[in-house]
Amino acid sequence: MIGITSWGAYVPLFRLDKSVIGGRGEKAIGNFDEDSTTMAVEAVNDCLKGKDRQTVDALYFGTTTSLYKEHLGATTIAMASDLRENVYTAEFGNSLRAGTAAFKAGIDSVKAGSAKKVVVTAADCRLGPPGSVLERNFSDGAVALVIGDTDVAVTVESSYSVYNEIIDVWRTDGDTFVRTWEDRFVAERGYLPSMRQAITGLMEKFSYKPADFAKVVLYSPDDRRSAELARSLGFDIKTQLQDPLIDVMGNTGAASALMLLVAALEAAKPGDLILLASYGNGADAFACKVNENINKLKGQGLGMKGHLASKRVVTDYLRYLRWRGIVPLDKTAAPPVVAYSSVAAKREYDRNISLHGSKCKACGYVQYPPQRVCTHCRTKDEMEPYSFVGKRGKIFTYTLDYITPRVEVPIATVEVDFEGGGRIQGYMTEVDVDQITVGLPVEMTFRRYTLWEEIGLREGVYLYFWEAKPPRA
Amino acid sequence: MGGIKDKVAIVGMGCTKFGELWDKSIEDLVVDSCYEAIEDAGIEPKDIQAAWYGSRESGFTGAHLARALKTDYIPVTRVENFCCGGQDVLRNTCFGVASGAYDIALACGVEKTKDHRGGFSLYIQEPLDRGMTEWDIPPASQFAQYATRYFYQYRDYYKWDFEGFKRILAMINVKNHDNGLLTPKAHLHRKITIDDVLKARIISWPFTLYDACGMSDGGAAAIVTTPEIAKTLRKDYVLVKAEALAVGAAQSTIQPEFDFVHIPENVAAAKTAYKEAGITNPRQEISIAELHDCFSSTELITIEDLGFSPRGRAPEDIIAGRYLLKGEQPINTDGGLKCFGHPLSASGLRMAYEIYKQLQGRVDNPERQVKNLKLGLIHNVGGNVGIHVSAVTIFGLPE
Repeated sequence: MIGITSWGAYVPLFRLDKSVIGGRGEKAIGNFDEDSTTMAVEAVNDCLKGKDRQTVDALYFGTTTSLYKEHLGATTIAMASDLRENVYTAEFGNSLRAGTAAFKAGIDSVKAGSAKKVVVTAADCRLGPPGSVLERNFSDGAVALVIGDTDVAVTVESSYSVYNEIIDVWRTDGDTFVRTWEDRFVAERGYLPSMRQAITGLMEKFSYKPADFAKVVLYSPDDRRSAELARSLGFDIKTQLQDPLIDVMGNTGAASALMLLVAALEAAKPGDLILLASYGNGADAFACKVNENINKLKGQGLGMKGHLASKRVVTDYLRYLRWRGIVPLDKTAAPPVVAYSSVAAKREYDRNISLHGSKCKACGYVQYPPQRVCTHCRTKDEMEPYSFVGKRGKIFTYTLDYITPRVEVPIATVEVDFEGGGRIQGYMTEVDVDQITVGLPVEMTFRRYTLWEEIGLREGVYLYFWEAKPPRA
Repeated sequence: MGGIKDKVAIVGMGCTKFGELWDKSIEDLVVDSCYEAIEDAGIEPKDIQAAWYGSRESGFTGAHLARALKTDYIPVTRVENFCCGGQDVLRNTCFGVASGAYDIALACGVEKTKDHRGGFSLYIQEPLDRGMTEWDIPPASQFAQYATRYFYQYRDYYKWDFEGFKRILAMINVKNHDNGLLTPKAHLHRKITIDDVLKARIISWPFTLYDACGMSDGGAAAIVTTPEIAKTLRKDYVLVKAEALAVGAAQSTIQPEFDFVHIPENVAAAKTAYKEAGITNPRQEISIAELHDCFSSTELITIEDLGFSPRGRAPEDIIAGRYLLKGEQPINTDGGLKCFGHPLSASGLRMAYEIYKQLQGRVDNPERQVKNLKLGLIHNVGGNVGIHVSAVTIFGLPE
């Protein structure tokens, strides 16, 4: 029995009120210090909360917005998720099907026996041209699933794929914004026929009838195409179709279909059969069967429901454009940025990517960053790594800086004291100026390091670190 | 451990005007400050046998000093120790003379902060050989964390809200601005009120604009010699009574036990200095002090760290006017970093300049002259929380 043994999701805290861009409802937007990699880390941590990370054998990452043409985001995610070094990492890209491609690879790996436990994650933060319909629909988010062969809660029964060579929605290397051909062509020669072909192919091959499915989870480019598709295939859109969440979250690209699957699983019962289908130069369709283990997984992390319920609405469009690096910052007072060093960065990945401190084996004192000589008992070289990921802390003291140039002000500097020991000095993100106070509970979140560089790119390198943030729930 | 007490004397000092000296170069500031000190001491440039040069932003090696003064292949050591740079230059110069290696030595600190975009003040960035654990945290945010915690720690005692504490910080700023008005060489000359401070824009909460010191260019210098030689040069030479320096090992940012209402580096430096100078009651024995007031709360906390006010009671002494120019224990009579300005490696020597002139009764504006002085103290604290560098130096006149 092979299938999903755990799930997690990540919807950024901020929602853009789409009325400011001529739309309806809200769309999820990553903070200025978030990208596909950081959101995937959040989703993986949501998925692995309280789980044994040492038994994970592989991590597959699907996205169309990977940050590098050459350098694997999956390794950053694996390291920030505290996975073993001999975990197989791979990335799937270049298509909105990248999420389901990673999912299928995960299932096939377990099936083939090359891995017993695979973390599949997908994240996207695509940009539509300012003012476009694409901009209204596109949003940011991430999802993570564990695929395994023990304690399976959702078995993947069957799959069926088709490809479709078409230039309908695309982006080249040099493009900041996604391009699209006219909407009816995209639907009539791309999305609708491919999805129909994959879904009917699956149903015919494995003898399913529309009525067999408790839920139909379909990637939807906007708020109506998935309904049109479902109706044409004989599904009851009222009772069977998973809401594509376009007006509350938006279309999260390669992460979309799997995020909607998680939303469906959160409401599923043992025995439910779920149809999953995603689109992008063709379509992938899967039939998933829910068993009684699902009740153990519900409510383990924040998932879709928890993340969607926790939000802060942004109505300032200029602020959003600044976050995305689309409008420049005032750099009058910005000093030159210190040169980047791969050597120093690599040496300190333990603290900056893995969020490891150290714990003294002689006296038990927890300290961050990792030390050689214990700050407490001064014993030399008797340290073991200590992870702060997922640990709750409280603000001991803080400040809010309004004049130092950064994409967002104020910059909150905090001292955080953690349950179980340790203090970390650093930045806080997602600060609510009215809410911040001494004693405020916080946890650490993996973010892109950005000062006054528009998109946090320093000499062609994206830097990452951990910041404090108020817990989402 | 033998101390420095009475082993060396200062016989000449110089200090440039501080400010946004757009037209002055490093060379100008070295020449202006050093020649004033040389002339004050009544010696010739060729009498200088060794020199120490302090700068953080302005030049590597001691060559900036040598090139400007045309010294004749004498040793020049560059010292960098953040905001304590100038004071540590003086400390090293004193040790050079006290060791017997040199009879007459020069201490000079110069900084051109305003040559740099954004000044020095916005970010302290980590050099290349560090990753990013010690993130680029702005100095204002480093020190404002103390203010936030001080408010929390003592709010029950004073029964004040944050505004109540901010008024205390404002009183420190008003005092330093008042003193700065009487100081011709100071960077900022402006009368301010408590309301001006409270209503100014927030730079790093809880600090407003007036809680931060001036970022300036400037230079200062001292001529150090033995007491024996000093006697031949002038009657009112100034003796060094103590030199202390303490460096943090990141305890404050690693250990949750650290309370953020005191600076342990300050306490350690003061303890060493008082022992060396034979001081048991600094509140009574120190007549006048120049304290590091990079931000208002730094002066507040330092007043307690140095034992001038009991722990948590500095606000009461501030309200009582103890630290005003006409108070019982004047602090920052020249306007402090707040108004004289803060060219990092020049500041310690600028403070020594003020105490030197005060002890001699030769302050450039008689309105600022404090009478009946015994011992004067200077203090700096630099760097980031946890890894602060604190320096305390004590001066006195010969018996």
